[in-house]
Amino acid sequence: MSPTDLAVQEKQATAHRQRVVNDFSIQVATVNGSGSQTANMVLLRSILLMGVPVSGKNMFPSNIAGLPTWYTIRASKRHYIARKKEVDFLVAMNPETAKEDVLTLEPGSAVVYDEPLKLNALRNDLVFYPVPFDKLVAPVCPDAKLRRLVKNMIYPGVLAKILGLDMKLMEQALGKQLGKKAKAVVLNAGALKAGWDYAEATFTKQDPFFIEPMNETAGKILIEGNAAAAIGCMMAGVTVVAWYPITPSSSLCESLISYMKKYRVDKTTGKATFAIVQAEDEIASLGMVIGASWAGARSMTATAGPGISLMTEFTGLAYYAEAPAVIFNVQRVGPSTGLPTRTAQGDLLMTAFLSHGDTKHIMLIPSSVEEAYTMAMQAFDLAEHFQTPVFVMMDLDLGMNNWMSDAFTYPTGPINRGKLLTEAKLKELGSWGRYTDVDGDGIPYRTIPGDHMPAYFARGSGHNAKGQYSERPDDYVENMDRLNRKFETARTHVPRPVVQTNPKAKIGFIAFGTSHFATEESRDQLREETKVETSYYRLRAYPFTDDLVKFVDAHEHVYVIEQNRDAQMRQLMKLELSPERQTKLRSVLHYNGLPIDARSITDDVLAQEGFEVAKKTSRVQGAGMTGGE
Amino acid sequence: MATPVKVNRIGLEPQTYKGSKTTLCAGCGHNAISERIIDAFYEMGVDPRQVIKLSGIGCSSKSPAYFLGGSHGFNAVHGRMPSVGTGAMLANKKLIAIGISGDGDTGAIGIGQFVHLMRRNLPIVYIIEDNGCYGLTKGQFSPTADLGSKLKTGVVNDLPPIDTCALAIELGATFVARSFSGDKKQLLSLLKAALAHRGTVMLDVISPCVTFNDHEGSTKSYAYVKDHDNPLEEVSFVPYFEDIAVDYEPGSTQEVTMHDGSKLYLKKIEEGYDATDKINALRRLQETARRGEFATGIIYIEPDRDDFLTQLNLVDEPLATLPLDRVRPGKEALDEIMEGLR
Ligand SMILES: Cc1ncc(C[n+]2csc(CCOP(=O)(O)OP(=O)(O)O)c2C)c(N)n1
Ligand code: SF4
Repeated sequence: MSPTDLAVQEKQATAHRQRVVNDFSIQVATVNGSGSQTANMVLLRSILLMGVPVSGKNMFPSNIAGLPTWYTIRASKRHYIARKKEVDFLVAMNPETAKEDVLTLEPGSAVVYDEPLKLNALRNDLVFYPVPFDKLVAPVCPDAKLRRLVKNMIYPGVLAKILGLDMKLMEQALGKQLGKKAKAVVLNAGALKAGWDYAEATFTKQDPFFIEPMNETAGKILIEGNAAAAIGCMMAGVTVVAWYPITPSSSLCESLISYMKKYRVDKTTGKATFAIVQAEDEIASLGMVIGASWAGARSMTATAGPGISLMTEFTGLAYYAEAPAVIFNVQRVGPSTGLPTRTAQGDLLMTAFLSHGDTKHIMLIPSSVEEAYTMAMQAFDLAEHFQTPVFVMMDLDLGMNNWMSDAFTYPTGPINRGKLLTEAKLKELGSWGRYTDVDGDGIPYRTIPGDHMPAYFARGSGHNAKGQYSERPDDYVENMDRLNRKFETARTHVPRPVVQTNPKAKIGFIAFGTSHFATEESRDQLREETKVETSYYRLRAYPFTDDLVKFVDAHEHVYVIEQNRDAQMRQLMKLELSPERQTKLRSVLHYNGLPIDARSITDDVLAQEGFEVAKKTSRVQGAGMTGGE
Repeated sequence: MATPVKVNRIGLEPQTYKGSKTTLCAGCGHNAISERIIDAFYEMGVDPRQVIKLSGIGCSSKSPAYFLGGSHGFNAVHGRMPSVGTGAMLANKKLIAIGISGDGDTGAIGIGQFVHLMRRNLPIVYIIEDNGCYGLTKGQFSPTADLGSKLKTGVVNDLPPIDTCALAIELGATFVARSFSGDKKQLLSLLKAALAHRGTVMLDVISPCVTFNDHEGSTKSYAYVKDHDNPLEEVSFVPYFEDIAVDYEPGSTQEVTMHDGSKLYLKKIEEGYDATDKINALRRLQETARRGEFATGIIYIEPDRDDFLTQLNLVDEPLATLPLDRVRPGKEALDEIMEGLR
């Protein structure tokens, strides 16, 4: 360490008042394709193993190798798992972004950096820990070809020493991450230790950040939302899957493939109880799903915005011919190719009314990995019950990031395959029409090919209650009104919101999906910092349930918090609320591609409520980066 | 005593195989094809309850309503029938699929899905009712319109046609044939052979549009096709039914054994045409096209390649009706997954 570093650090040491324990964020800035993912997962998991609530977020470019990537780990004793706006501890490994990364830090933050980058010259209000990574990696990795990868396992070792992580748990996390690759485990364990040893021999602790053991994570799992949804699909008994690769949805189908190969191959015959087809595009994917569901299979696809756009015409067919379909929309930033590897909630309006003519669709909106799992199962039940497409509106943040969660519970009870005509039912009804509303809920009885019940001709052209071709005005109106009735019935079947009403609150928050975690944290900030009380309505589905009106009525202002530019959910709500209620709605909008954070919500709400808010420039990462598909 | 009703080998009357009354123009080639389909399914004794009829959009795509009224049907969106058919067959591999498309539905908007259907060798009988024009939207050119053919309005097509048969062979279809809606005998034998084939059957049937494309100057008119039809071989098809012994004099024929054991006899009119030789088949298509003729009959056949469903190694029962205990893994599976994530 150079004498200047020491001088800076002395200044820092006096500036810092108290220890910050289990409540800070670490950001690792690397180049994608350099193999830092394993190192970041080892860090993340070892914090979890120390019993400290933790979350990890990957901000990566749409590129295979060579562009900047940031991985943020947040430890939070209060279980906050949203992105934290401020970075407290930076690991600067990428020469391209290091300067900007350091300049945007808050005073008092700490930086571990690659020594040749000489970042300590940039500021004097930070704590710097320079590490000569190249020098350290050579002795632990004799094979020069592997050094670039192994080098990345040094910074977790350095951090372990500085932050107080347990080396035994780090080794355990490494084993979990690398599994059976014995040679890799040995190499990486060597790098971990080299980092630790170097930090122990060289640094005196100058920053205030510590990880200390807690007991808050017993039994918890770490999982990506896409994998969680895949497990849900498998447990729902999906049999036909058709998909076309697209970020950020690909890993949903890819994890599904690996789970199905493991758990859904018939033990005695070695044959598959499922078919998964990589189709030629998203149009064909949805076509296959519709064909399969029409023939009685539980079928699904997963895609993102561009794929949803292509599925438009088929979605209208499924709506009108009444074929079930489960469609995961793992939302990314649009329009067009947009920012393929960044997160948004920007497909709400398009999806709600996807296709021409009068159409509207059921959307389920999971907030957590646990809900990604349970709602995947619900989606199949709803799609078959209502004989219509059901969209599961995830987003990149949920789908591709690692989230801490309680272990998922095994589903009990049967699945709902909807109104399939049986011999007995046919006898009871006397006659059957494919689109006849016998129960008054808008949902007709259906038959499937091969069931030897009466056949019908499914079509996207006009048809009457018997399923015959018809262009008669009265047949058309009757059918469209019944479809509307069916949608109304859905209001009482979709997942209800989770409402926390605070009688003292004049302000109500409505949030959904991954905005949930930042919203909860923002409510705490408002209460603790400004004594502003809020109520909270966590929306979980479209169509809206009847308690939305009640919630709006109970508050002076209702903030709809969403991750898009055009206040899409608020617009959907306005369609159903009276003009007086509409005027109560306000928006908190976040749409820069980064996951929403609590501080942004808090500041925005306070400003709209007339409080003085210190305006901080928000940090925009990866500005000017080019993207692929 | 009443005259005994005529029934087929599964005891069904011809009536059972009919559909609702056609709404297509009188004399439309598509109607003749529907009639042959009715005959073929009746004669082969196919259970209509196991059949699915699929189509895209167009006059041709309407026709599944006019045959096999007791079968399920799905009139999908324009050009996308292949994916719907694929999904349905994945759901239930015991079904027998017949798809009806038009030359616009296949060659223009649907060319992408057509390509991938052929590649997959999905078990389906895929028929293009080929009139070289868009019937339903009133007569515009389709991609199979021949170079130099003329619309009623006098507009001449100066783009080369897509030969759907050559394309299908190139892409991997395992039964490729061409016929003419007016050739009752050939079309019926082709359809019967098609029903015995396991894999994709691509059958291009020239089917004049009497309203928009049956005038002089059209290469897909009745008159033109009658004069330029070049039958490759005479097709005889002897179905194999469990208890019916095959008894047939081969003579100067090429015998092809279908997957179910039935026999297809191609009576060669010229020496050396081998329908199982891909290169030969493609050469024949080029040669006849150069002469302004249509080669009709079975152009290419590969009877024993694995179809798509076999490749997927699916369980024997239809996926659609597997009970919950076979499609939901036990609690130990979930526990094991959860343990791996801790
Ligand atoms: C997406 C879309 N674009 C255009 C149409 C209009 N359209 C209906 S049928 C048709 C062409 C049909 O031609 P072909 O497939 O050759 O069938 P034919 O009517 O000649 O039997 C077109 C363009 C449509 N239904 N959908
Ligand atoms: S317009 Fe042509 S293709 Fe359509 S029904 Fe009439 S004759 Fe047939």
